Amino acid sequence: MVTAIGRRAAGEPWNDPDARPYVELRRVTKKFGEFTAVDDVSLKIYEREVFCLLGASGCGKTTLLRMLGGFESPTAGRILIDGEDVTDVPPYERPVNMMFQSYALFPHMNVEQNVAFGLKQDRLPKAVIRERVAAMLEMVQLGEYAKRKVGQLSGGQRQRVALARALVKRPKVLLLDEPLGALDKKLRERTQFELIGLQDKLGVTFLVVTHDQEEAMTLASRIGVMDRGTIAQAGTPAEIYEFPNSRFVADFIGSVNLFEGRLVEDEPEFVRIDSAELGGTILVGHGISSAPEAALWAALRPEKITMSRGAPPQTDNVTRGIVQDVAYLGDLSIYVVRLATGKLVRVTRPNTARHAEPVERDGEVYLSWDAASPVVVTR
Amino acid sequence: MSRRSAFVITCLAFGYAFLYVPIASMVVYSFNASQLVTVWDHAHSPTLKWFGALLHDQEILGAAWISLKVAVANATGSVILGTLAGYGLARFPRFRGRFAFTAMTTAPLVMPEVITGLSLLLLFVTLEQTIGWPAGRGIGTMIIGHMTFSMAYVTVVVQSRLATFDRSVEEAAMDLGARPVKVFFVITLPIIFPAVLAGWLLAFTLSWDDLVISSFTAGPGSNTLPMVVFSMVRLGVNPEINALATLTITAVTILAVGATWLTARARRHAASAAA
Repeated sequence: MVTAIGRRAAGEPWNDPDARPYVELRRVTKKFGEFTAVDDVSLKIYEREVFCLLGASGCGKTTLLRMLGGFESPTAGRILIDGEDVTDVPPYERPVNMMFQSYALFPHMNVEQNVAFGLKQDRLPKAVIRERVAAMLEMVQLGEYAKRKVGQLSGGQRQRVALARALVKRPKVLLLDEPLGALDKKLRERTQFELIGLQDKLGVTFLVVTHDQEEAMTLASRIGVMDRGTIAQAGTPAEIYEFPNSRFVADFIGSVNLFEGRLVEDEPEFVRIDSAELGGTILVGHGISSAPEAALWAALRPEKITMSRGAPPQTDNVTRGIVQDVAYLGDLSIYVVRLATGKLVRVTRPNTARHAEPVERDGEVYLSWDAASPVVVTR
Repeated sequence: MSRRSAFVITCLAFGYAFLYVPIASMVVYSFNASQLVTVWDHAHSPTLKWFGALLHDQEILGAAWISLKVAVANATGSVILGTLAGYGLARFPRFRGRFAFTAMTTAPLVMPEVITGLSLLLLFVTLEQTIGWPAGRGIGTMIIGHMTFSMAYVTVVVQSRLATFDRSVEEAAMDLGARPVKVFFVITLPIIFPAVLAGWLLAFTLSWDDLVISSFTAGPGSNTLPMVVFSMVRLGVNPEINALATLTITAVTILAVGATWLTARARRHAASAAA
């Protein structure tokens, strides 16, 4: 997966306590009747960031986005954009624009009229409108489609009209609701990079809502993983992937093997976890803060497990099992290994070369991993 | 299988014969040269002489003019009120008494016309006695009367169009800086315009045909075409009436086909915009 650490939002303003947030949510709650869609969310987003709200459907991410756009008003809490409280400002007066999931193009207007609509509302001179619309259409490579009706465009072209229409007003923040959701896989990958390029060039702060973790990983400077109306974890894609703070996040981003256990050795430099599920102990190469007898889980990514037919040299972090299933995916293969305890472990291995020792179904294998690989989560 | 389809075809033929033989025979007789409606004059038929006579009948022409004025005013008024009502019902899906409102809007569709007509007459008479308006009955009161039921049809047409309307299109317009009223006129109305026009045509034909409510709410000298026809027929059927009926059927068919076509086109547009 491609990640975008440090590519945008110069430095890491989220680690700087003095940095001024560009968009700020202060304890925002939204209830629909008895149902709490967004539950006491506080969030700071910085200028030029691409912040992705990632979550399953119904987790509240779209409601949060709609509150920023002004289409829903929070039940409690304040929303600030560039230092200004916009909580009670209607959508037509907010310095943000939104790209809708359905694109919401105006079917009775052509491409040019769609893009010009926002500028016309600001009563800009006709010449200025014409110039800015033409420049914007050029930027999204739709220059020659200016006079087309939107009904005559392909899905990818509609997506770019929607993007151009939302960007042409130079909003402080662009809100994108599943921007690539309606495109097919190949087009989606290409569009992701176009979107990043455009954001880089224009310097607009992006807030993206998506349920697609790969999309979030590619686009985001930071990701906020949402679960039942709250932000479970916010951080760079690498932080979220390598250091998930909970079983939910570990499991939601990528796939993970979780071993339940308890601490048996607790040192500042390392800890040892005894796991009945594994049938042994796991050595973790960093200290953790946890109550001694509390239940915890060691999370181990499938690609960080080494699989071999011969016994590896190390004595810690080794176990044995029988290969139960193999799935060949082209660039990599997924193996499901059954341990003596009955626990199933997922292992992935890139198909870089013809392996010296092919691993087949029902073969016995050793699984081993580095002490730096497991992450301990306590909830 | 083939036997059953023969049976189905027979059923269908009977059904359509029941519906259209009377109309077809009347159309045929409108080209009959004989003064006697039921006797076919082989020697001189078909002829257009009754159509010619119609054009010189001042009573019928005058009534047609009144009917036209009433129908146009009614259709326009109904479209304004019906669109507002349909928009309101479609856009505020959860408010107290929504069911009652929906029922009240569509009730005139099933209300017996005699009752609507009578209640309107009583209302107009009472109003005239208490506030002096409307001074007597005529075209104005007829238009109001027709609007009470035409509006219900427009409401239903507009509401069902808005039910399939992607609201995010309106939200996008608002997001781009248009105030709600402007959004309605610049975005919503142009998109639902085919449905509004279909509603207009529907209201026009309903008014053009109406006899009962017209009779209750008309005043002296404001007889509509259906009223004149009805009173003429009471004195015996006249071949001129056949000619008039043929013209009316032609006009109504064109309008109805036009309205259907517009509705279908609007639906296609909605589908392609959503795709």
